[in-house]
Formats: sequence, C-alpha cells, structure tokens
Amino acid sequence: MSAPAEKFSNLTQWILPIGILVVWQVLSSIGFIPGRVLPAPTDVILAGWKVLLNGELAKNIWVSFWRALVGFAIGGGIGFALGLANGLSRRSERFLDSTLQMIRNVPHLALIPLVILWFGIDETAKIFLVALGVFFPIYINTQHGIRTVDAQLVEMGQTYGMTRGALFWRVYLPGALPSIFVGLRYALGIMWLTLIVAETIAASSGIGYMAMQAREFLLVDIVVLSILIYALLGKLADSTARLLERLCLGWHPAFQKR
Amino acid sequence: MTVHALKRFDNVTELAPQALVPADTSRGLSITAQGLEKSFGDNRVLRGLDFHVPAGQFVAIVGRSGCGKSTLLRLLLNLDQASGGQFWFGERNDAKPDKSAVRVMFQEPRLLPWASVLSNVEVGLGDKRGTPEGRALALDALRNVGLETRRDDWPAVLSGGQKQRVALARALVSNPRVLAFDEPLGALDALTRISMQKLLGQVWVDQGFTAIMVTHDVAEAVTLADRVLIIEEGEIAMDLSVDLPRPRERGSVEVAQLEGRILRELFRNSKAGEDA
Repeated sequence: MSAPAEKFSNLTQWILPIGILVVWQVLSSIGFIPGRVLPAPTDVILAGWKVLLNGELAKNIWVSFWRALVGFAIGGGIGFALGLANGLSRRSERFLDSTLQMIRNVPHLALIPLVILWFGIDETAKIFLVALGVFFPIYINTQHGIRTVDAQLVEMGQTYGMTRGALFWRVYLPGALPSIFVGLRYALGIMWLTLIVAETIAASSGIGYMAMQAREFLLVDIVVLSILIYALLGKLADSTARLLERLCLGWHPAFQKR
Repeated sequence: MTVHALKRFDNVTELAPQALVPADTSRGLSITAQGLEKSFGDNRVLRGLDFHVPAGQFVAIVGRSGCGKSTLLRLLLNLDQASGGQFWFGERNDAKPDKSAVRVMFQEPRLLPWASVLSNVEVGLGDKRGTPEGRALALDALRNVGLETRRDDWPAVLSGGQKQRVALARALVSNPRVLAFDEPLGALDALTRISMQKLLGQVWVDQGFTAIMVTHDVAEAVTLADRVLIIEEGEIAMDLSVDLPRPRERGSVEVAQLEGRILRELFRNSKAGEDA
C-alpha cells in the first residue's frame, strides 16, 4: 500500500465518530436537542476545560487509571499463571478448572454488595472487582491457547531434542500468543466496565464518582464528559493492545502487510 | 564430507554426473531391529520385525496405509515405546547415539511459524544453537537448499516446496548419521516432488548418512533407495534390493518393472482394488 493511501485508511476509522460529533453539535445549536437532556459538544468541552483547570479532572483520571492498572495487573497476572499451569498440566487442570468454572459463572458485579461489606468503599474494593473481572478472560484464553498449540510442532521440538524449558519458550508460549491477545483485549473491556460500575456505586474519587457527583447537581455536561473520557480510555487501552499484537504477532499471516 | 560440498539446489536438476553413491558411508550408523513389536490395545501393529540396515544404506519402507510403517518410524525416533523386541543404532546394542545423530523429516514441514527461516534451521543445531559457529552452519545448510536469500522471511510466505527445503536444511544442519523421512514429499505437487527427490538423493550421496524413508509412493522408493522393505500387516513381506544403476530415471523401463513387481506384491494379499 502506498504511503498516502495508508494515511487515508488510518483516517477512515475517524470519519464516523467525527461525523456524529458534527451532527450532534448542529442539532444542539438549532435547539433540536435541549441542553438539559444532552449538552452540545462545545458545552462539554467547556465543562471539561473548567474541571481541567481546577485540577479535578487530572486527579480523577489518574485515580481511575491507577485502579484499572493495579486490578488488571493482579487479576491478569494470576489468570495468566493459572492459564499456563492448567494448559500445560492435566493434573493441575483437573484440580482447579471445575472450581474456577463455577466461580466464573457468578457475574462478578453481583459481588458488589459483598465486596462493600468486606472492604468498604476504599481502593481495595475496586481493585478486587477489576482483578476478578479481568481474571477469567485472560485465564480461559491462555489455557485455550496453550492447549491448542500444534501437537506436531511439539513433537518436532521433542525429536530435535528441545528441553522442557525450550519447548515452553519456543513452542508453547509463542503458539498460545494469538489466543492470549484475544483474552487481553477482551479483559481490557471488562476492566473499564467493572471500574465504571464500581466507581458509580461506591467511590469517593475517580471518573465514575465525578459523574455521580455531577448528577446530584444536575450538571449534565460533566456527566457526558465522564462518559466520553471512559470511551477514550477504553479506546486507548484497545489501541495499545493492538499495537502490542502487531509487534508480537508479525509472523502471523493475519498481521502481515499485504 | 561436510555440507559445504553439497551442490546448490539450482544445479541439482542438472545432476552433474559426479558421485552417484556415497563415497564414504562411515558417517552413517547401521540400524538393527530384533523382534520389534508394537501393540495399541489388542491391535498388534508391528508383529516382530527383524532387519539390519548397514551404515550408509538408503532403505525405503513401503506398504499400504495402516500396515505399521509409520509406527516403525515413530519407534526409531523414540516418539513411541516398543511393546517388545529392541532396536539399536550402530554396532553395539548398548550404545546410545548422540542426540543430534538421528534426524527426521516429516510429511509436513513443521516449521515454527513465529521463527524466521534461519532460526528454524537453527532448531536443528541442538547445543550449538546461538553460537557463531552454529549460525555459520545454519547459513551453509540454507545455502545448500538454495534458500539463503529467504533467511529472514517468515515460513508463512514460503511455498510448500520451499518449506520442505527449510525442513531439510534443519535436518541436515547437525550432520546427522541417520536421517529418517516420513513421506516427506507426500504433500507436494508432482513437479516439486521430482526436484525434491533429486535433492534428497544428492544430499544422501554427499553426506553418506543412513537414510530410512517411509513412503507409499513405490516409484519414489525405487528411484531413491538401495533397498525396499515391504511391510504388510506388521511383518516384513518382502526385502528387495534395488541394484539399478544411478541416476535412475522415473519412468525408465527398469524402474517401471521393479515398481510393477512391488505393486503386485502389495496387491497379492488383498482383494483387488479393495481400497486402491
């Protein structure tokens, strides 16, 4: 693909969101959408500018981002480790998997009342919920990835004298990577979802809290701003994951430049 | 003789009339099997095989599908354990050959898709992997199959024949003493197949390893091998030496006659056309 064409295809993805913004602005300006229901994009930007100046926005974004990151690291780390263990060892799988599947079938957001009783509304509660939500997609996809590594390649590694360590690093892990990335992207979605709900219900800081506070005072522009920030953060996380995917899966036919 | 002496793949089709049999077979290891048996449950796949393959010989094992020929190869490669009997490489039955002495080429290339062509060849180096010496050997092996310009490519962009050539380079890079082939050309198109056969014949001549090839293509067996073992229902039904002069032309009268004889043997014990 030539350079200008590539630049154009990168821009393509922005046509729709920007178009929606323009239509929204026009409909608000001519008074078709009342400001009480949905403030115009310019009003949202003004509101954003205000909270940005008084430092509230940065603080809340940072708090939410930090919760998401810590929860993701804990839940994702444990999920990845158990996924590897249960993918590689039948014994470990027999011992753990059915228990984990039972827990998986409880919607983790249903635990909010219990989590508030246990941890109150401080950081632990949110991080716990995020970790729990993120755990399962990472766990299941890691295990599935390891399990579905081409058995013929494993056999090849064995006949060529690879040690167990070499087999893991050079056959199992790279073979499982495409599936692990699917889990990663799915987990990132769950991460924001969990955080939004948790912060909306029980928090004293963060973007969800900011939105709930604004609702109390009927500040629709701040509520809309919060929602947009969530969308941007979610997009940012997904783009990061896709970038990593492209870097790590360059060998995969699906990621090769045509 | 080292891999350096190999003719480049591009030239192989011209088949320079140099050595047609290995000049030096001392690199090869002999293979001996005594009463080799393998059962899966009640199914006796191999029923006591006895054979001896002298060092440096090219032996083809043919048989109908399900006759146990692939099982035999898996036993030799330690991918399965024998249910009875024993086999060994070399003259003594208590000596284990060096780990990289026995190499295999499968029907599928089995290249690591996430490793470059060169890294895939380096898989065959064993302990020498990651050393400058190993790198040089891998590049040599790649040059000898005519793919040195593709060293940094992913396997996914290669054609089927090119992938098999990388797999061959991987098998040869450690200078094996026994090379086992499990229908290595079965998945290739007819033309690629013929040039690959020439390449296989040439590396065998140049390196003098013992070659043991499982195939269901009788013409391929007759073209390449010194000797053909026919396995039927887990037993050796026929042990035929192929003393035709080399190079052998696919489709020549002698090759066709021998091929016909083997095919008759394969069909003798079955109702005609049962699954052919």
